[in-house]
Amino acid sequence: MVTVTHSGQRRTPKAAKTSSVFKKVVMAVSGIILVLYLIAHMVGNLKLFAGAQTFNGYSEWIRRIGEPAVPGQTVLWIIRVVLLAAVVAHAWAAISLWRQAKRARPQQYVARKQVAQSYASRTMRWGGVILGLFIVYHILDLTLGVANPAGHDSTPYDRAIAGFSNPLVTLVYVVALLALGFHLRHGVWSATQTLGQSNKTRERTVNAFATVFAVVLTAGFLIPPLSVLVGIIE
Amino acid sequence: MALDLFTVGDPIADTKAPMDVPIGERWSERRFRAKLVNRANRRKLTVIVVGTGLAGGSAAATLGEAGYKVKSFWYQDSPRRAHSVAAQGGINAAKNYRNDGDSVHRLFYDTVKGGDFRSRENNVHRLAEVSVNIIDQCVAQGVPFAREYGGLLDNRSFGGTQVSRTFYARGQTGQQLLYGAYQALERQMAAGTVEQFARTEMLDLIVVDGRARGIVARDLVTGEISTHFADAVVLATGGYSNVFYLSTNAKGSNATAIWRAHKRGALFANPCYTQIHPTCIPVHGEYQSKLTLMSESLRNDGRVWVPKERGDDRDPRQIPEDERDYYLERLYPSFGNLVPRDIASRQAKNVCDEGRGVGPNGLGVYLDFAEAMQRLGRPAIEAKYGNLFDMYAQITGEDPYEVPMRIYPAVHYTMGGLWVDYDLQSTIPGLFVIGEANFSDHGANRLGASALMQGLADGYFVLPNTINDYLASGPFEKVDAGHPAAVQALEEVRAQTDRLLSINGNRTTASFHRELGRLMFDLCGMERSEESLRKALDRIPEIRQEFWTNVRVPGEAGRFNQSLEHAGRVADFIELAELMCVDALHRNESCGGHFRAESQTPDGEALRDDENYAYVAAWEWTPEGVPPVLHKEALEFEYVHLAQRSYK
Amino acid sequence: MNLKLRVWRQRSAAEKGKMVTYQVTDVSPDMSFLEMLDVLNEQLILDGEDPVSFDHDCREGICGSCGVMINGRAHGNGLFDDHPQTTTCQLHMRSFKDGDTIDIEPWRATAFPVIKDLAVDRSALDRIIQSGGYISAPTGTAPEAHSILVAKKDSDAAFDAATCIGCGACVAACPNASSMLFTASKVTHLGLMPQGQPERNDRVVNMIHQQDLEGFGGCTNIGECSASCPKGISMENISRLNHDLLGALRAGARPKS
Ligand SMILES: Cc1cc2nc3c(=O)[nH]c(=O)nc-3n(C[C@H](O)[C@H](O)[C@H](O)COP(=O)(O)OP(=O)(O)OC[C@H]3O[C@@H](n4cnc5c(N)ncnc54)[C@H](O)[C@@H]3O)c2cc1C
Ligand code: HEM
Ligand code: HEM
Ligand code: SF4
Ligand code: F3S
Ligand code: FES
Repeated sequence: MVTVTHSGQRRTPKAAKTSSVFKKVVMAVSGIILVLYLIAHMVGNLKLFAGAQTFNGYSEWIRRIGEPAVPGQTVLWIIRVVLLAAVVAHAWAAISLWRQAKRARPQQYVARKQVAQSYASRTMRWGGVILGLFIVYHILDLTLGVANPAGHDSTPYDRAIAGFSNPLVTLVYVVALLALGFHLRHGVWSATQTLGQSNKTRERTVNAFATVFAVVLTAGFLIPPLSVLVGIIE
Repeated sequence: MALDLFTVGDPIADTKAPMDVPIGERWSERRFRAKLVNRANRRKLTVIVVGTGLAGGSAAATLGEAGYKVKSFWYQDSPRRAHSVAAQGGINAAKNYRNDGDSVHRLFYDTVKGGDFRSRENNVHRLAEVSVNIIDQCVAQGVPFAREYGGLLDNRSFGGTQVSRTFYARGQTGQQLLYGAYQALERQMAAGTVEQFARTEMLDLIVVDGRARGIVARDLVTGEISTHFADAVVLATGGYSNVFYLSTNAKGSNATAIWRAHKRGALFANPCYTQIHPTCIPVHGEYQSKLTLMSESLRNDGRVWVPKERGDDRDPRQIPEDERDYYLERLYPSFGNLVPRDIASRQAKNVCDEGRGVGPNGLGVYLDFAEAMQRLGRPAIEAKYGNLFDMYAQITGEDPYEVPMRIYPAVHYTMGGLWVDYDLQSTIPGLFVIGEANFSDHGANRLGASALMQGLADGYFVLPNTINDYLASGPFEKVDAGHPAAVQALEEVRAQTDRLLSINGNRTTASFHRELGRLMFDLCGMERSEESLRKALDRIPEIRQEFWTNVRVPGEAGRFNQSLEHAGRVADFIELAELMCVDALHRNESCGGHFRAESQTPDGEALRDDENYAYVAAWEWTPEGVPPVLHKEALEFEYVHLAQRSYK
Repeated sequence: MNLKLRVWRQRSAAEKGKMVTYQVTDVSPDMSFLEMLDVLNEQLILDGEDPVSFDHDCREGICGSCGVMINGRAHGNGLFDDHPQTTTCQLHMRSFKDGDTIDIEPWRATAFPVIKDLAVDRSALDRIIQSGGYISAPTGTAPEAHSILVAKKDSDAAFDAATCIGCGACVAACPNASSMLFTASKVTHLGLMPQGQPERNDRVVNMIHQQDLEGFGGCTNIGECSASCPKGISMENISRLNHDLLGALRAGARPKS
């Protein structure tokens, strides 16, 4: 065969051992799991408006679901395991595709202009990294309380109020939530494509839905911390 | 007659068509009589196929499937880029799906008549027979032909035929047919039956003991020149319209493969038969590199005109009706704007010669849709011709919905090519020539939608059957790179390459190509006369002389060097141009695309001379200084009776 | 018009390349982009310099040979609002202004190694076709054409996908250097036709596998490809490929190795 890339010279990318589309499916499915969790989580967070008791009660309730049929915290742990698995799988696929893309174009263009690419799609990767870091911080902050001014033996409500009263902490959340908003804007559309559910007629609807969904979810998450900051919740 | 320019040799004839049976049975009879090759033996036989257009792609894929070892060569990076990809209009087949009276016989009849009685009846009949299989084959491959709502294939009438037998895929029929053949070819490459040589240009033919046994080719990426061997060689390298520099052919389309084979002994038939297509976008400047064809379907609704007054350079919309000359409608009241290509082209030239041409350099006529827009409404015109109008706007920067289009004829197709017999074998045993590269089926003029048909007929159905007969006597004695004939061919190619690079003169290859092209268009184009051809024949040797002493080809032989590729092709065009002029000069009659000023009816129509010229002119190459030798193949018309074409 | 060109010059795949600046004068607005490069090349040849290599053949937007990055856009698509998406050979100089600087680079992707200057090797796309982009219909075995009915809607959609000219602009434009749009166009074309059904599952699995093997990136649905495609191949085809692929994997299809 007379070609420049003789098959011997071509380096089979490791990535090819698992199909790039398979990785995308992993991302889409794990992404959807995370999205479903976040919808519930956002609704739960809005209970901050209902006061300390309701919020703490809700937190308690999560830990008691299924009792007495199953021992305490079983369902919570199942959720945690699924979430962890989803995050790990999601991150693995993302990093692997990222590396494949880097190998696919080691030399960049001198001049480059993007027209179709949105801010959201361009920031998926670094936005995802921000989200990953945020999740770690967030768990240390509100679940474990170790990174929270109210300390680890406070109630979840106290920790939320204590954290969000600090403009710096709130800023971190705002940044992360904006990142989330953008991530979902492209993510929802992208998952629809990846799972083969988009077509020309649906394309606009899918994109509109993705935008609305991202805005609603981000806003839903943003309201409680901002309310704490400006003193609506105290 | 110009006896100083050539000598007449022995007549030749096709001996392969079984003349003892009626024409409708000759093809099946030939297949029956042809020797077969046992499947197990096919693996031991190698066939080189040069070209991956409709003809070469379909042939290589089919031979690979049949079990032969095939080596496929082409000069582009991918087989899918062969110039067949550019064909727009459609492909004919005698399916009679419209129940409008079509039949194999009618397609045969139309094609012989369309070719102005300068083609071989047997070949044309076979083409018509096989046409129906082509459509079946392409549909099975998934070619997305236009369909009707009921799911059946759609047809249209094309190029002035009275039946609807043209199958099409929007304006991209050639592309879709080629992709069908390309995919079949890639499948064989994956299966290992076809070995691929991309970006590899054939530069010579290796003939051993009188048989074609291989080629010399240059790997265009590395510059390596090497020899390749086989039991038979198939050339499917397309047409040579680029002799004219500006044509509708791809920039890389060349005559090199067939010309070098000609120099090794294959006769070259009817080199002067060229087709000039009437609806192309006119030339707009000195730097122009390529002409773009617009489907002739435009003539179904567009009206062709020029101002009555010469030098009238008013905005066309300001010219009142009675100061316009709708010359085709005036001259040919019954066919009007739909006269065959050669007639439409020549009349456009005539009005421009009278100084009534339009556009920047006076080489153009209007194709006006104003009346059609009024009659049908803009949306209907958009639906029918939208993509062509867009293409026109893109190239010219003018809006054809507002201002009439300007069109001018451009060289489009070459009916001439290497002489082949009924088996598609040239005069060199083992050298087969298919597609536009051979001379076979179109006579002096090709009807629209029949080149695609011929390419696929040759490649899918004809060659794979006839080549067996030849290969059955193989495998031939082994030849390798050490064989004196191979060494000599290789050395000659190297020497030519080195020579081109060493001249280091003051002119670019392109400047020679432009000069040759303009000369050929003016003197051996739409109208030829003894005077113009003599003038051309005086000038071409001078161009050749200057080329070989003053061309500058930069770069090295051992690298990717597009300048070198172009120079080699132009060198061959210069030689071929000379033969074209000799052929045009010797044929003192007008037929099809060949219009001799000396041979016309009182009202300026082409006048055939069947008495003296009902033959194929097959030329034998002779070294420089010795006039070429003409071998005549007499044409007999058993089934379609000789008659003068009339489109009045 | 006078223009400043900054052109990527690279003698071979093995050597390093760089942008080199050239001045071209008297460019006519009616010239095509490639004719403008022809003028530059003739000038270079006469000056004793090495002309710029670039692939081209039909010069009418159908063969898919041509293609360079023009000011950071594949075939220049997306730079000019006023004309439809096109190939480099059909881009005309009237789209530019006197005094413009134009950056010209080759397609950049590992799977498309540079041959020289602006010419790259796109044979990887052919190998993707080899891995399954066909319908197995050996010559002579075809049934009568009208024995296969194809709904006009499907046939038209298949045609739309089949118009891909294999130019590689999608790869060049994709931030991941993915050939997904190319592959998807073929999977869609054949997958929409009844004739393409028997091999449908294997086709998509193998073509994706080959695409990965060739070193293309994975698609993350960015859409630069479609916005740069001279034939306007739509993103819908990618979704359809994904859909087919999931179906094929569920049905147990696995790539041939
Ligand atoms: C713009 C245009 C529109 C047309 N429209 C129609 C139409 O509507 N209907 C119709 O019937 N016909 C049409 N034709 C004519 C028809 O397309 C051609 O005659 C036909 O496609 C030629 O096919 P081919 O296989 O013989 O050669 P091509 O398709 O030209 O292929 C030539 C092959 O040979 C290779 N090659 C050439 N030289 C060499 C060499 N030296 N070494 C190695 N490889 C070489 C090339 O790489 C290529 O693969 C049209 C032609 C043009 C130009
Ligand atoms: C661990 C941190 C994360 C990283 C590194 C990350 C990274 C990515 C990347 C690179 C993509 C692919 C972008 C694309 O398709 O264009 C992606 C897609 C996606 N992400 Fe994340 N992400 C992270 C967290 C999240 C979270 C928390 C959610 C849920 C809310 C989420 C939901 C999605 C969805 C739905 C997709 C679309 C999947 C697809 O394209 O098919 N991601 N992510
Ligand atoms: C402002 C917005 C948010 C608030 C107020 C908030 C609040 C909380 C609280 C109070 C908890 C602890 C619950 C408990 O321990 O009972 C928690 C846990 C958690 N949150 Fe959030 N959260 C917010 C945003 C997010 C975002 C954006 C993500 C993901 C991207 C996220 C992911 C999680 C996870 C994974 C847990 C741990 C669940 C567990 O394992 O217990 N949160 N959140
Ligand atoms: S999909 Fe479009 S951009 Fe990609 S190769 Fe095909 S025609 Fe070119
Ligand atoms: S730009 Fe690239 S990421 Fe996918 S949608 Fe197009 S291939
Ligand atoms: S040269 Fe053929 S598409 Fe541009």
